[in-house]
Amino acid sequence: MKLFHVLKPGAFTIVQDLGRYGYLRYGVPVSGAMDTFSHVTANLLVANHPNDATLEITLLGPELESLAETEIAITGANLSPKINKTNAPMWRTVRIKKGDILSFGTPQNGCRAYLAVRGGINVPEVLGSRSTYTRGGFGGINGRPLRAGDTIYGFNKTKSLSVKLEMPRELVPEYPKEYVVRVILGPQAESFTKEGIETFFSSVYTITTESDRMGYRLDGPSIEHVDKADIVSDAILPGAVQVPESGKPIIMMRDAQTTGGYTKIAVVTTPDLSLLAQAKPGNTIKFVKTSLAEARSHLIEFHRKLNTIKTKFLKKP
Amino acid sequence: MRLVDMAIRPTRYFPFGDSALVVEIGDVIDLEVNAKVLALDQAITQSKIFGIQECVPTYRSLLIRYNPLKTTYEELVFQIRNLEGSIQEVTVEERETKEIVVPVVYGGKYGPDLKYVAEIHSLTEEEVVRIHSAKRYRVYMIGFIAGFPYLGVVDDEIATPRLKTPRIRVPEGAVGIAEKQTGIYPREAPGGWRIIGRTPMKLFNPSRHPPSLLKPGDIVKFKPITEREFRALKAKQ
Repeated sequence: MKLFHVLKPGAFTIVQDLGRYGYLRYGVPVSGAMDTFSHVTANLLVANHPNDATLEITLLGPELESLAETEIAITGANLSPKINKTNAPMWRTVRIKKGDILSFGTPQNGCRAYLAVRGGINVPEVLGSRSTYTRGGFGGINGRPLRAGDTIYGFNKTKSLSVKLEMPRELVPEYPKEYVVRVILGPQAESFTKEGIETFFSSVYTITTESDRMGYRLDGPSIEHVDKADIVSDAILPGAVQVPESGKPIIMMRDAQTTGGYTKIAVVTTPDLSLLAQAKPGNTIKFVKTSLAEARSHLIEFHRKLNTIKTKFLKKP
Repeated sequence: MRLVDMAIRPTRYFPFGDSALVVEIGDVIDLEVNAKVLALDQAITQSKIFGIQECVPTYRSLLIRYNPLKTTYEELVFQIRNLEGSIQEVTVEERETKEIVVPVVYGGKYGPDLKYVAEIHSLTEEEVVRIHSAKRYRVYMIGFIAGFPYLGVVDDEIATPRLKTPRIRVPEGAVGIAEKQTGIYPREAPGGWRIIGRTPMKLFNPSRHPPSLLKPGDIVKFKPITEREFRALKAKQ
């Protein structure tokens, strides 16, 4: 089923699901939606499975012509979504008709919006996932961002929703300009001096323009190594905070390479990494130390929140 | 047959965020260390420990991704420590290994750094090719970009440091040297390895299972070919 005709692709619009797991040993990054929370919520608002593919829209959104009557939901960053030039609501089910034009305007807050369509976006699964991995050139639409002229497909025979769903206002996240990010120390915390660790936790770091789905390069006080910044390469997962010789940290994101030779001072917790998807160049980050036990309760809370949204709070307007 | 030397260093465990942990066998590029990593990888995969989702073997450590809603770091460390005891007797040669011959056209436009590698070691280009292609290399790990094999160990005679400034584009199939490692770019990417040749062989294909031609523990042997053979093999794909 044809869903959209792409009139304008936007700055960087890609198909994502929850990620590609099980292939790290072959050097395949996990990819997947940067902001898990918004991706899952968008799907829930159109009664999809959390892993159904959505469009991840970065800062400057696309212009799409609807080719079907369907339901959509837009979550995450407020990039001024519009339907036929009228402001479109976010965080709720929206019906659209054939011929409607969905467009985006000035980014208001956050960095990445998610557009879910009833039934999910239909692209072939590659290694068990629909996520686009642009550097590897696979997944999503031929491994690349949207282009003008593309057609976006959905699945046939998806029953339309009998009700509209809406996220309660108190559960809609706010995106700050200053992010406080919880991290668990290690695996190479020993490679840093006591002063270095202190610098890491007491300083405010700024996200530079050299930041994308692979990693965020930060600027701020240099973190001191005991001896050297290089190690014999070992594995990397999204969330790892690498500190190369410059002493300036790099947070690895969803498209991070699977191995690397820089010391990793700490790893960002899963819920906070999801929120960091909304941070933009110029925003700041302050790292706070958390324990494994605390991190685990936060993660359980994160999942419980999504589950609650799913089962209870999706109220019918 | 060589027994794995368990006295290398006691294994160390580190949390890697809230959903993974690292089992560090050593901190060097070493055959015994890597063999133990792969043995542990195999043992964990077979053990089906509850909550483990995926293992990532590297030169010297094993990363284990787990579901923190199903298990905990402490529980896994306990279970993996128990498993470690059972792999004491693993030998390097015991694992199933595959030998893959990788055809390479060396030098010229295919290997722009061959001349440099030869010069700094006071060798001829032919000698570098002979030394590089004489050895059987072990795949220590796959990483960096999808399907990129880290092969070792390169003879000291031709070991060469990386470029000071990485190239913006290294073509698909490029064969490079970085210190005592050699590797193959499965796809065009930026990179700082000294490129000495190029293979027409396809190392990574996401629609194939497994997607990577090589896996850790495999053996790679490079075979010099001519430019004409390179083009013929490339055309066949």
